[in-house]
Amino acid sequence: MKYMLIMRGSAEAVAAYEKLDFEEVINAMGAYNESMIKAGVLLAGEGLTDAAQGFVVDFSAEKPIITDGPYGEINELFNGFWIIEASSKEEAAEWASRAPLTPGNKLEVRRVTDESDFADYADNEFIQKEKGWRAEEAKKA
Amino acid sequence: MTEIRRTVDAVWRIEGGRIVATLAKLTGDLALAEDLAQEAVADALVQWPESGVPQNAGAWLTAVAKRKAIDGWRRRERLDARHEAIAHDLASRTEEEWEPIDDDLLRLVFTACHPVLTREAQVALTLRIVGGLGTEELARMFLVPVATIQQRVVRAKKTLSLAKVPFEVPDPSEWSERLAGVLAVVYLIFTEGYAATSGDRLIRTELANEALRLGRVLAGLLPREPEVHALVALMELQASRFGARTQRDGTPVLLADQDRSRWDRAQIARGSAALAKADSLGRGRTAYALQAAIAECHATAASVEETDWERIVLLYEALGQLAPNPVVELNRAVAVSMVTGPANALLIVDRLAREGSLRGSHLLPSVRGELLARLGRTEEARSELVTAAGLAGNDRQRDLLLAKAAALN
Repeated sequence: MKYMLIMRGSAEAVAAYEKLDFEEVINAMGAYNESMIKAGVLLAGEGLTDAAQGFVVDFSAEKPIITDGPYGEINELFNGFWIIEASSKEEAAEWASRAPLTPGNKLEVRRVTDESDFADYADNEFIQKEKGWRAEEAKKA
Repeated sequence: MTEIRRTVDAVWRIEGGRIVATLAKLTGDLALAEDLAQEAVADALVQWPESGVPQNAGAWLTAVAKRKAIDGWRRRERLDARHEAIAHDLASRTEEEWEPIDDDLLRLVFTACHPVLTREAQVALTLRIVGGLGTEELARMFLVPVATIQQRVVRAKKTLSLAKVPFEVPDPSEWSERLAGVLAVVYLIFTEGYAATSGDRLIRTELANEALRLGRVLAGLLPREPEVHALVALMELQASRFGARTQRDGTPVLLADQDRSRWDRAQIARGSAALAKADSLGRGRTAYALQAAIAECHATAASVEETDWERIVLLYEALGQLAPNPVVELNRAVAVSMVTGPANALLIVDRLAREGSLRGSHLLPSVRGELLARLGRTEEARSELVTAAGLAGNDRQRDLLLAKAAALN
């Protein structure tokens, strides 16, 4: 199973990082990433630039509206993510707990959907395809 | 399962291999190391609900197991200088200080895949000890009773002890052969999951994922070995098609008919990156790399028609030179048929038929039937497809071939 670890930090927590020795932060993150690479579980991961530089596309209106600036509440910024392969919720929790994050930061952990979550959909698609194929055959006959 | 059991299992899954590796290095005895580690796990199950899960759980388990080793030797009055050294080491460190060593994990991998063991035993030991899987999980994955897996592991450990297999990486003179053995075990686990004709599909995906995980661990341990990266590439690229290669009812979908939008793009990218890494080491392509390169051609093509079949033909030629094999030759024939047409391909297939090395397999007559059909030799094609159906390994394959034969007119 794949899990996404979503980094969420308050604006204060993000600001606090600026007071830390950046080299140390990089080293701690690097060591954490390396431990997951060595264990063969890290599939992807990215850090995101400052939320203030981002923009939001809102679909509430008929035509999507684009607004500059961070999304939503400033205390739940989405700053980066990892995707890991883990055999259980507990293993995902264990990896998440090892992240070198400071107070004010949180990790939201979500299982990535896989085939089993779309079992019904796959069925439908197959039925659709077969229906199409039968219709073709009927036309030929 | 209790909550604490699941937590301990999760820790074991992550740290188990390294814990056993550390203990095996200290004691020189893999079987003893595994027993000690399991005793430490038993202690954790009793103590952690009271004391809470320690900050560095892996270090805790390792320290407890070391103490048990010392106690055992003391009881049997078999303390020698080496054991004194371990005792000293234990006394001079805190529990938080455990630094697992990659070389020990590598020793563990080579020992679990030692040629003195049967393939079956190597597979069980590797998944159990290196992969940190429980016997219940293994039993479920291989569709055998738990007792069977337990017996396999116990027997394997006994064999290692009796053969006095040292806890070491192989000598340079044996290195490539032994490494090939390790990779073969990992790929066997993968194909067990990928190609098995029986069993629940999700379980089989799990096995393939397990092999990938082991492959990535190996790539981390042996970054300078191109074959390791090539095997990871091959597994990633093949696994990327998992979602599209069977229908809901388990009927296999041929490559040509697969819905390519269901191939896992991220996995294809990882596979290509691993193949590039193997290539970048500049030691040429061997069998896994060539197979990975073929898989990459398919994975990155938008459709059957847009596939670089010429390149695939060349890759199969190289693969056939390196490791002559009639199935590779048959696959080359299929690729040739896409480049220069079915007549040329038929020459290859007819030669294979004369050699008789694929006798009894449905593969040859099914490919021959397809080629004859494309050449408009319908009667012969139908007869070949019916022959193939009679040789098919399972009902679904048979039905597919019979349907093809029936569709000819």
